[in-house]
Amino acid sequence: MSIVEFAEEEAERRGSPRVTAVYLRLGAFSGVVKDALVTSFEIACADTKLAGSKLIVEEVPLVVYCSKCEEKRAVDADHWFKCPECGGDMPEILQGKELQVTALELDE
Amino acid sequence: MTTQTRLVEVRQNVLKQNDVLARALRERFQKAGVFVVSMVSSPGAGKTALLEKTLTLLREKYRVAALVGDLATENDAARLARSGAPVKQIITGTVCHLEAAMVESAMAGLNVDELDFLFIENVGNLVCPASYDLGEELRLVLMSVTEGEDKPLKYPTIFNSADVAVITKMDLAAAVEFDQEAARKNIEAVRPGMRIVPVSSKTGAGMGDYLGLFQPRKR
Repeated sequence: MSIVEFAEEEAERRGSPRVTAVYLRLGAFSGVVKDALVTSFEIACADTKLAGSKLIVEEVPLVVYCSKCEEKRAVDADHWFKCPECGGDMPEILQGKELQVTALELDE
Repeated sequence: MTTQTRLVEVRQNVLKQNDVLARALRERFQKAGVFVVSMVSSPGAGKTALLEKTLTLLREKYRVAALVGDLATENDAARLARSGAPVKQIITGTVCHLEAAMVESAMAGLNVDELDFLFIENVGNLVCPASYDLGEELRLVLMSVTEGEDKPLKYPTIFNSADVAVITKMDLAAAVEFDQEAARKNIEAVRPGMRIVPVSSKTGAGMGDYLGLFQPRKR
């Protein structure tokens, strides 16, 4: 919902009648599921400047920092916070919590 | 005339409004000297039972109040009011989680300067509440022994967003063959170093350790 509101305000501010696409960065650890987001986006767009627009999702993996190896590690659901190299704990999240609109495609 | 399309770059965190408001709330709570605790869990994990007990016990020494979120009904507020503490129900309607703005409006009428502890019980849901900061000082995630030891692996983001994991309904642990070591490993996997506190709201087991989590700011 707030994605649609933000895009509408932005289109208004830039004098555009229609938003045709929204680009979004979505972290693996954002707590938001891509499919659910895309479906609810379509519903939320109805009767707005975004009607019929596309949501283009860039998925961002979870990257954590291993202080033992002093390395960044991209990880997945098999071992979120265990270093695949040294097996140590890596509680520090560097990226993967993003839920960010990065660009809009606007009609002139 | 053909329509021209242009691509404009923006950088907007979708939850920015909530984050900004939550930060403001946190500052306000700190200034008021009130320690704010939120509780998240799946529906039926025992948030309300534990909170009723918590309010009853803390009330002997401290000034406490609670906000409780649900999609519908004021049943939980009525249950919690039995503790004698002031309780306000937040009815979210169709919204599956609490947001900072809901906490802010529910606080009207509560004098936070006069409180030692404020508890916020979130809507029973292990998904969306993970993304919404409420300005709390301490977030507890509850899992009951009847839910299975793998809850943390199924809902890693909410466990990661919380500060302490409280294992509830310990009085039923033997009956459901709850494997506490497996649960601990699973919690560690999604939040290394997370503190784990097992309790039974029914028998009172573990309540001493649990109540030790709450440190009043005012003296």
